Amino acid sequence: MTAATLLRRPGLARIRTSRAPLSLLCLGFVALVVALAVLAPWIAPYDANTVDLGNALAGPSAEHLLGVDASGRDTLSRLVLGARTSLLGPLGVVVFSTLAGVAIGTAAAWRGGWLDSVLSRGAELVFAFPGMLLAILIVSVHGEGLLAPVIALAIAYLPYVSRLTRSLVLAERERPYVEAYRVQGHSGLQICLRHVVPGVAPVVLAQSTINFGYALIDLAGLSFLGLGVPALTPDWGRMVFDGKTAVQYGYPLSAIVPCAAIVLTVVAFNVVGERWADKVSRRDG
Amino acid sequence: MNFLRFAVRRLAEMAATLLGASFVIFGAMYLAPGNPASFLLAGRSASPEALRAINAQYHLDEPFAVQYVRWLGQVLQGDFGRSITYRTDVSRLLADRLPSTLLLISMALALVLALGLLLGWIGAVRGGAADSTILVTTTFAIGTPSFVAAVLLQGLFAVNLHWFPTGGTGEGPAQMLWHLTLPAVALALYLIGMLARVTRAAMLDVLGQEHVTVARSRGVSDHRVIRRHVFRNALGTVLTTSGLIVSTLLVTTVLVESAFSVGGIGQLLELSTTTKDFPTVQAISLIMVALFMTVNLLVDLLHPLVDPRVALGPRRSAA
Repeated sequence: MTAATLLRRPGLARIRTSRAPLSLLCLGFVALVVALAVLAPWIAPYDANTVDLGNALAGPSAEHLLGVDASGRDTLSRLVLGARTSLLGPLGVVVFSTLAGVAIGTAAAWRGGWLDSVLSRGAELVFAFPGMLLAILIVSVHGEGLLAPVIALAIAYLPYVSRLTRSLVLAERERPYVEAYRVQGHSGLQICLRHVVPGVAPVVLAQSTINFGYALIDLAGLSFLGLGVPALTPDWGRMVFDGKTAVQYGYPLSAIVPCAAIVLTVVAFNVVGERWADKVSRRDG
Repeated sequence: MNFLRFAVRRLAEMAATLLGASFVIFGAMYLAPGNPASFLLAGRSASPEALRAINAQYHLDEPFAVQYVRWLGQVLQGDFGRSITYRTDVSRLLADRLPSTLLLISMALALVLALGLLLGWIGAVRGGAADSTILVTTTFAIGTPSFVAAVLLQGLFAVNLHWFPTGGTGEGPAQMLWHLTLPAVALALYLIGMLARVTRAAMLDVLGQEHVTVARSRGVSDHRVIRRHVFRNALGTVLTTSGLIVSTLLVTTVLVESAFSVGGIGQLLELSTTTKDFPTVQAISLIMVALFMTVNLLVDLLHPLVDPRVALGPRRSAA
């Protein structure tokens, strides 16, 4: 028993490597979803908002491969077109929070002193709000729409990126090459932009990939509350919202399809991001 | 004495952050483009006198600083103002709805702790097929948003199998437990996966350390080693996720309550957000932030008791 337990660490490494096909599969799925989103108007068989009440809640058929929803709209078309809003929103959150987070984290670590403590206090304040709560607050003030929740979530995710960047930059600036550049007369800004930030970028980007999955969940959740995208926009969270009444009447398909799309996409992004983070940390270690 | 100073310091920090949060919450509402008075009138045109009366009743005609200080003073006395939609005191609304939310969160928390720690333990100790199964299952649990879980559980267990009600809160303790079971599972699912992952990683980390090998070589029984020297040590790391657990529970309950029509403060937050009932939104946001910070404070104070190696000091930001 004891020997078997002690042998488990290498055994774990075997599991990790044998999971490579899974992460390849996930990478493939991510590529597929992105391709669907980009090519959506050419792939979707029907218009996403064509209402056909006579055909409401019909099951899968040759004309409607994934059935239709309670208003008779083609589920497949809404799914494919919904991939656009469902991916574009989290992308906005991740891009904004990464850019601003890296800038703030680098500034805090590089300058230190009062700037560092002001930025740290600000981060503490944002941390006091769970991300979704901040988004709900801002939506309640500015009304529904895609932009307000994206900005709110970007602010909520910002401290996670800035804290990570800060700790990475603090370690990086102690390394000899930074001193070497300084001696050669390069300015602090130049060293940061050309050497330090590219040095810490892989770890931060891996974190951002994982954040993408969480942002997708949060934005879909807001749409599920009816606080996200406007009513007619095809969006996966909105589709679950529209389909939840049908579920209670025993027609779950129009809600299950977007549910599956959300879960698979989030899992795929998480696996890819974690695999990336593993690789990056192993290279550093 | 050292502990007391640490506690006072953390308490002061919390009070400062809470003050900042209250300012953000109140300020956000103040900046709102829609005028609360127009919601009160619901589109009806009103005489200037009526408008002035409403502005005076809700103190909408005073400068920002005065409004903020008045609001803060009342909040400290437990008075959150009057709800614009329900036309009653917000504190009454909250008192009616807080019990079901707290019960729902407690049920979910019990599930998270029991299953999360158990699955993490099994994954770390057993390894092999059990571990792989747990890894794959938790990957999907983490990827499933609570509202997706809610809709799927509702479709399967309430609509198809009729084991549970499709929604509502229920009267009396037994009915409430029965009504809140599916919502609690939906609320807990993500966190079970997360906690299992963290527990497993923390235990594997401790398993590889020298003191475990030493204990084993001295003939300490396997179960005792795992329980006393691995799990106990890993618990410190697990405790650092408590903030995430609590904040997730608090905010996710909004989605789950909305999906199952549970009459708690989460559903109230959703309803009052759509109707721009600002006093209610302010009150619930502030309560959620305060609850979250209180739990964080308690965990910070308890951490040294669970793991004596933790030095008391300013809060270190966890990686």
